[in-house]
Amino acid sequence: MSNYIKLIVLAVLTLLAAMAANFARDLPYAIHMIIFALSGAAAFIYVLRHTNDPAAPAPTGYNDGVIRAGVIATALWGVVGFLVGVFIAFQLAYPHLNIPLGDGYLNFGRLRPLHTSAVIFAFGGNALIASSFYIVQRTSATRLWGGGLPWFVFWGYQLFIVLAATGYVLGVTQSKEYAEPEWYVDIWLTIVWVAYLAVFFGTIVKRKEPHIYVANWFFLSFIVTIAMLHVINNLAVPVSIFGSKSVQLFAGVQDALTQWWYGHNAVGFFLTAGFLGMMYYFVPKQAERPVYSYKLSIIHFWALIFLYIWAGPHHLHYTALPDWAQTLGMVFSVMLWMPSWGGMINGLMTLSGAWDKLRTDPVLRMLVISVAFYGMSTFEGPVMSIRAVNSLSHYTDWTIGHVHSGALGWNGMITFGALYFLVPRLWNKDRLYSLSMVSWHFWLATIGIVLYASSMWVSGIMEGLMWREVDAQGFLVNSFADTVAAKHPMYVVRALGGTLFLTGAVIMCYNLWKTVTSVEDKTSPDAAAAVPAE
Amino acid sequence: MSDKKMNDQDPNTTGHSWDGIEEFDNPLPRWWLWTFYASILFAIVWTILYPAWPISTKGATPGLLGYSSRAAVAADIERYKKANAAVDKKLTTVPVDQIEKDPELLNYALNGGAAVFRTWCAQCHGAGASGAKGYPNLIDDDWLWGGTIDDIYTTVSHGIRYASDEDTRDSQMPVFGEILEPAEIQQLVQYVRSISGQEHNAAAAAAGKTLFADNCAACHGEDGKGGREFGAPNLTDQIWLYGGDVATLTETITNSRHGVMPAWAGRLTESQIRQVAVWVHQQGGGE
Repeated sequence: MSNYIKLIVLAVLTLLAAMAANFARDLPYAIHMIIFALSGAAAFIYVLRHTNDPAAPAPTGYNDGVIRAGVIATALWGVVGFLVGVFIAFQLAYPHLNIPLGDGYLNFGRLRPLHTSAVIFAFGGNALIASSFYIVQRTSATRLWGGGLPWFVFWGYQLFIVLAATGYVLGVTQSKEYAEPEWYVDIWLTIVWVAYLAVFFGTIVKRKEPHIYVANWFFLSFIVTIAMLHVINNLAVPVSIFGSKSVQLFAGVQDALTQWWYGHNAVGFFLTAGFLGMMYYFVPKQAERPVYSYKLSIIHFWALIFLYIWAGPHHLHYTALPDWAQTLGMVFSVMLWMPSWGGMINGLMTLSGAWDKLRTDPVLRMLVISVAFYGMSTFEGPVMSIRAVNSLSHYTDWTIGHVHSGALGWNGMITFGALYFLVPRLWNKDRLYSLSMVSWHFWLATIGIVLYASSMWVSGIMEGLMWREVDAQGFLVNSFADTVAAKHPMYVVRALGGTLFLTGAVIMCYNLWKTVTSVEDKTSPDAAAAVPAE
Repeated sequence: MSDKKMNDQDPNTTGHSWDGIEEFDNPLPRWWLWTFYASILFAIVWTILYPAWPISTKGATPGLLGYSSRAAVAADIERYKKANAAVDKKLTTVPVDQIEKDPELLNYALNGGAAVFRTWCAQCHGAGASGAKGYPNLIDDDWLWGGTIDDIYTTVSHGIRYASDEDTRDSQMPVFGEILEPAEIQQLVQYVRSISGQEHNAAAAAAGKTLFADNCAACHGEDGKGGREFGAPNLTDQIWLYGGDVATLTETITNSRHGVMPAWAGRLTESQIRQVAVWVHQQGGGE
């Protein structure tokens, strides 16, 4: 019966999307509606073909199929995102790489949001969805709630990624950093995200453990807050329901503040809270040690989520934003230092009594260095939020370096560690194909990050000093072009660092692929994989 | 820290277990807690010293230090303005051609002019003022509209073919594609190449000579050495604004060029215009 309702809904949606494509006011909108219609049609055919299947017994055990898909998507989008990042890094070093091919579709301005969204939302988002589905099942000792809903979340999210990515290349953007997709893509993501919240929350509600594990607090805060941020920052009125352009609800400095309230908390809740959820599961599991301090996890969780949400104004120091809001943004960022470090302490101290494992276990090494990079960038962040420091660092490459030591070091490394943890378990293997490849990946990525971060420190501080340099009479000493020329060597180093990082990720994909295809299956099926433990 | 103690007391957990994960019942690290308290204290003190709390719709607490980012920048600018006030006033009152004779004015104008050039002019003329295709090189001694300090001052003030400035330097080379046959244009191209000492077809150049006298000499001169009253380039010196090859010359004669430079009077101060005029004049090509 429910299949008939699904078929009707899918048919109507497909028809509406096809009509919208026909009435489209602009080409990108038409292309997007065709993608919508094709996706709806594919889902329709899939449901139709399975409508008369004999009723299968209700599945038992953990729902790992959707997690396997998520792991594959994470690895693939990761390589795509890193590749685009390396390419635009070379574009900055060698502007001739802005190929006029296809009317400038592949120039830096179009590819830069493609890179940031691919790594944050496609790579990071899939990692978060897959690992949160894995972790919430294990730590709640129950199957994912919602039947086929997790699969809707997975495919719906991939559709969002495809719409966003094609939109950037075609020039669809509302010009808000990390929130570039236009109104109809935003609505779609909202629907998918609510389904994600329902699956996650539903699973927690029906858990068989008396308490909710700390990782799940972080995941839940991440899902709820991202929903709130996404909806409010994307409030807009479409110019036409058949066109891709919309007009923002907020204007001027209110819009700027809303954007950075969103932007900063995308970092705070997507890239910090969500990934801390991963850290709280994979680090103790891989180290086979208890979490260092339950008290610390409570205090730093509540402090983190209370303080993070106020720190956004530090992105708008020395702008039209009133001084008082800048002050508050700064002091909340400074107060955020210790709550952020609470997660680092809990991660690193969990290794107490197991430090020797770092010598033999490259996966654990990866997880640990990610926590170290997390600690470094969450110290650097409050420092950069101090107004006097910000007057030097703002608009310079220092910011880019800061973001990447966090993104490559913390988010990237912990995701790699999680993938190395998950793949043998999800595909029922005893071990990874090659630990020495993991070691290679570890060193390539680490050296890549060090090259990236240090070159951007040098370049950022240099250009900040050059911009503000005045002579004895108060005249500017350098032109903007002087700073661009001076940065060239650092841009080359940065691009090479990115290349190393990308190479490591490609080695990882090969290693994971061989783990699935070449390593013999476990002889006795993992009991935990079949039946949720009490 | 308490590593040792913790290892001795391994089973001392909270008693929960999730998928095999347990939690130690360790207290908050003291240094962590006290640093957290210190950062909160810092935040409170800072918000008392600086504008912070939006207590009413009229505004926020101003802070004990009376700080304002706008006032801080204004004070910075005012400090330099005050220090430079005397020399700046003198710079704008003496006749333009007298500036370089006063070492103090010259020094001030060179420093300021370099900054003006980097900010407003380098985008087209290049960081080193050596120009680019369509944008004149300012460090050689080839001038379209004149290279004396007064000429440069006038050009910077009023621009070139800048429609909204009445006193702008203006001239329009005709679009010869509408006047001459393509074959005739090719003869002109060959003639221009001949007077600039480049490889050329002698027969075509000879035919082009007459065409040049009829169509071009009024502005570029009988000998092709240019005319500054029209901003007409010297065609014999092998210094090209757009290029001296056959294709570029054909394009220039057929469609004309009409390059534009903005007028800076009104956008830059009189002092800044004089500074940058002096700076350009001192770059080696000044007359």
